[in-house]
Amino acid sequence: MNELYSTRNNNLIDPYVHVWGWEIPVYLFLGGLVAGMMIISGYFIFNGRYKEEKCSCNFLPIISIIALSLGMFALFLDIEYKVHVWRFYTTFQITSPMSWGSWILIIVYPALAAMFLINPNNMLKEKIPYIKKISEFFSKHPYLVKNIGIGNMILGGMLGIYTGILLSSLVARPLWNSSILGMLFLVSGLSSAAAFVHMIAKDRYERELLAKADNSFLVIELFIFLLFFIGLFTATQVHIDAANLMLSGSYAPVFWVFVIGLGIVIPLFIQSLAVNHKIQHTPVAPILVILGGLLLRFVIVEAGQYSKWITTTLAK
Amino acid sequence: MARYAMVIDTKKCVGCMDCVVACKTENNVPESFNRDWINFESIGKFPELHLEIRSERCNHCENPPCVHCCPTGASHFSKLGGIILVHHDLCTGCKACLASCPYDARFINPEGYADKCTFCTHRVEKGMNPACVSVCPTHCMYFGDIEDQQNQVSKLLASRKYITLIPEAGTKPHVYYLI
Amino acid sequence: MNSLSRRRFLKISSATVVTAATLSGSWSSIVRSAEKITDKSEKGIRKVATYCDICFWKCGAIAYVKDGKLWKVKGNPLDPLSEGRLCPRGTGGVGAHFDRDRLKSPLIRKSHRGEEKWIEVTWNEALDYIAEKMIKIKSNYGPEAVALFSHGIGGNFFKHTLKAYGSPNISAPSFAQCRGPRDVGFRLTFGEDVSSPERTDIRNARCIVLIGSHLGENMHNTQVQEFAEAIEKDASIIVVDPRYSIAASKAKYYLPIKPGTDLALILAWMNIIINEELYDKEFVDKYGFGFEQFAAEVQQYTPEWAYPETTIEPDVIRATAREMALHKPATLIHPGRHVTWYGDDAQRSRAIAMLNALMGNWGRKGGFYYPQSMDVVAYPYPEYPKSEKGKVDNPDNKYPFAHETITTGIREATLSGKPYPIKGWLVYATNLLQALPNEEETIKAIQNLDLMVVVDVIPSEIAGWADVVLPESIYLERHDDLNVEWFRDPFIAIRQPVVDTPDDQKPNWWMAKKLAEKLGLGHYYPWKDIDEYLEYRITNSGYDYNELKIKGIIQGEKQPIYFDEGVPVEFHTPTGKVEFYSLQLAQAGFDPIPKYKKPKEGPHGYFRLLYGRAPVHSFSRTQSNPVLNDMMNENEIWVNTNIAERYGLENGKYVRLKNQDGVVSNRIKIRVTERIRTDCVYMVHGFGHRSKALRSAYLKGASDAQLITKYEVDPLMGGTAMNVNFVTFEMEV
Repeated sequence: MNELYSTRNNNLIDPYVHVWGWEIPVYLFLGGLVAGMMIISGYFIFNGRYKEEKCSCNFLPIISIIALSLGMFALFLDIEYKVHVWRFYTTFQITSPMSWGSWILIIVYPALAAMFLINPNNMLKEKIPYIKKISEFFSKHPYLVKNIGIGNMILGGMLGIYTGILLSSLVARPLWNSSILGMLFLVSGLSSAAAFVHMIAKDRYERELLAKADNSFLVIELFIFLLFFIGLFTATQVHIDAANLMLSGSYAPVFWVFVIGLGIVIPLFIQSLAVNHKIQHTPVAPILVILGGLLLRFVIVEAGQYSKWITTTLAK
Repeated sequence: MARYAMVIDTKKCVGCMDCVVACKTENNVPESFNRDWINFESIGKFPELHLEIRSERCNHCENPPCVHCCPTGASHFSKLGGIILVHHDLCTGCKACLASCPYDARFINPEGYADKCTFCTHRVEKGMNPACVSVCPTHCMYFGDIEDQQNQVSKLLASRKYITLIPEAGTKPHVYYLI
Repeated sequence: MNSLSRRRFLKISSATVVTAATLSGSWSSIVRSAEKITDKSEKGIRKVATYCDICFWKCGAIAYVKDGKLWKVKGNPLDPLSEGRLCPRGTGGVGAHFDRDRLKSPLIRKSHRGEEKWIEVTWNEALDYIAEKMIKIKSNYGPEAVALFSHGIGGNFFKHTLKAYGSPNISAPSFAQCRGPRDVGFRLTFGEDVSSPERTDIRNARCIVLIGSHLGENMHNTQVQEFAEAIEKDASIIVVDPRYSIAASKAKYYLPIKPGTDLALILAWMNIIINEELYDKEFVDKYGFGFEQFAAEVQQYTPEWAYPETTIEPDVIRATAREMALHKPATLIHPGRHVTWYGDDAQRSRAIAMLNALMGNWGRKGGFYYPQSMDVVAYPYPEYPKSEKGKVDNPDNKYPFAHETITTGIREATLSGKPYPIKGWLVYATNLLQALPNEEETIKAIQNLDLMVVVDVIPSEIAGWADVVLPESIYLERHDDLNVEWFRDPFIAIRQPVVDTPDDQKPNWWMAKKLAEKLGLGHYYPWKDIDEYLEYRITNSGYDYNELKIKGIIQGEKQPIYFDEGVPVEFHTPTGKVEFYSLQLAQAGFDPIPKYKKPKEGPHGYFRLLYGRAPVHSFSRTQSNPVLNDMMNENEIWVNTNIAERYGLENGKYVRLKNQDGVVSNRIKIRVTERIRTDCVYMVHGFGHRSKALRSAYLKGASDAQLITKYEVDPLMGGTAMNVNFVTFEMEV
């Protein structure tokens, strides 16, 4: 076995890379959650449910704006040169997913705002006549509203995928070297959002629908995980080692117990019973799904940083 | 166009860290951070051992993930022979480049920006060798333009066996190790 | 144009004011030279030529000052030692100036010895205190009762003051704790020392044998540079070491010898070389003495005999002996430097000298050259008073071949009061607590003193035991004596101040001169300041002082260094020959031909403690240098993988070491490695500082010196062998 002794001892880098702490997983999770909510409420707007008073698409946009802002605040906390944060917006770097992301976020806000203004809360309408005016404008242009729904679904998809690509583009961390991370984070975001809406929806139909949808998302997520690991296992040794980090290595307990077990399998089981009316809908399953989604980001971010290209360059 | 590269003879290197110290004083690298370092890698069972000593630093890759992932253009190819540099003013300290580098060559300067080896651009501009190369007591480090066939680095690479670090990452590094 | 030069002039003057302010007196000539150097350099950058003091190698250096602040130090290209490239410690020398733990002002002890409580005093108060005590000691016990321990060229002026005072007891650990046995072994064989810098022609050697020498980790600049050059020229390298050192990794043959059995290997080598008639017959016939007896005696030392002792297979012993012979006379068996290992050290060194003689490499290219130097006059001083009692360290010539003063002999006399009492210690730039074995004896000796003075740049452990601590300016802030080097290429080097001292530190020459004046010995310092002293020596030797100040180095004419270049063949032994059989050893009751003795084993479950150097630190003197501290801030204990597994030691975790006498070390990081034998452990010397004032190094790593409670004394010359201690592991809870 090779014995590697390094004289380097740089903060955040040694003995293993840990440049990102809790902020980035939280940001990635909230980004995914918002992406899911955008797709869900976008879909409701698209199929006209927004006209119903109880439709969750009437309050999801404002929750999304808050969640996204919290996520961006976490991101801001992580930035080391805070007074330079505006530099993200003085350029566009085509090869940098992070640059794509910062611009996507800039478009997401007006899209969410537009969605919110389609059918805002009555109290707001009364207090701010301008909002009422916009809302009335929208109600006269159903075609535009449909397009706002479509736009939000598209942007939500982009946002969700971006949160994964952000990591997968970073060559140095074998665990992340899979573009399917984009799909994984999107589906996980959708699943968390579905669970969230399932939990807070005022409308029974929506609750049922989203519980069913969530079950599909969870199944798809399991399938993506399978593909993700197949991809890593059929790649190079460093990718195999990276996959093993999660499957049997130091991150395996968190991954199997919390992400797969409590985050996917058990809620899937509970929700299957619920949608088949064997048991009542409770917040238990959705909460587990949401926490599972959060932990997924933590595990991927942490284990990914830990995974590395071995420097077995020694002449044998 | 020039393409600067460093060639390091692991057979002569004794891992004394003079390169690290010289970098530190030349570039005022902040305390407890290093832009270059020594890796000692040994293989075998005592006493049948083989030891490779490598003075490592930013590889100034031809396909640099740090430049590709930088959201602000702070990480960039300089005009000087493909040397990779960081504009401190553009850097947000997002750390994507730290995470993207297979060599872990970067760190966050206490001021907030991503910091790393510059191949001593300020010296190279004046026709001098980087500080590390200029002090090496074993004369095991060479610096020059590999596009120029007459340059010592080109000649060494033509005549000796060499490796680069993690070539399978596809970064096309420009620090070469003679073995 | 005008305004530009005026601006430059202003810059120069502000830069030179700093220098001038440092040292009062006639500095105009220095200022002028500084101006000249500044002229050629870039804007805002001032360069001063000097020589390094981070170790004793004394490489020529150029210090850079940028905008009035010390920036970096580089090698002086004119310097034959460094050829313009310093070692990592020299490059990191700037850190000594910025060291936050430096001693800042003179201190007088407030409570009892060893408790680091001090009162800051003025230089006058401190020196008055010392002078008063020294005068008292002189009248009660005689001047011999004050001893000086001094390391490095900076001690020259203190030595002068002490000689003027009347004491012959001046010593350095570099003899009895370091290279002494080697020089004795070579003297007995060739009639000459190996000296420092070693006269080894590594550069031209075709085969280099290193026995325990860890060149590359031991960073003696010239040697490492030449070693790399030899590697490049594909010289055949043979390394004998219980640890797979850096040098071992460069070797064609690595011999993982059992510690303490080197002499058995050397004797077996000589057996092969003689029996297979591989030695340089012409050299041996012409210059050798007692070869027949020697050849007869080594018959018994076959490789098969050496195998169980050394664990080196007979075939490997044969192959390496033949390899050496193949390249003779350009085969160099390196004499080493720190060779106080097992108590048979002078005899082992003598065996190494004899092996070299068999290669016929003395005075030959690739072997040992004859170093040359330049003639520089001494400053004329009044004659020193003659000591009636003689030196204290070696009563009745107990160690007949000790040609330098034995530090531990002075310590012994301080403890016992015999042959006469020692009542005062002056300690200059040597941390005796880490340099001498068995610190308890050192501390007990200190308790017997009436006066204990330490001159140092950092609050070393020994400073903690002083009555008076005198803070010295570092080498980049002071002048020192000229380095008139004996080397392949002769030269003179000057040390001169680059920057101002940050606090109230003073150069050693100033302290030594002031102390002499207060002792009523002012007439021994006829010069006003060191500039005058240096100028006198240089000018009266026919060289240009100004040139020296600008260039830092004046090189001499190249002179013959090998026999075939015209060096006269002379051996200053009693027989005038290279002695394979030593009559003087026989007369003194020692083995005329080295005999092997089995090393003593340690207790069961204990491992032999070996120690060595790191390339980024000098002794225990550089750990608080912020630049070098950054390179390595603690040492590690090297433990073989198998042993680590057996004892449950985990790489990177901490452990304490307990030696055979029950002394427990500070915690030390475990380095689990294949690169060491299973019967020993290894650490870098100089860590585990227990001086609280040395904040950045306090309790970082473990001190080998603390664990060296046991030592074997070399019967020939009084050297203290220290690789005779054994440790086991105490888990950190």
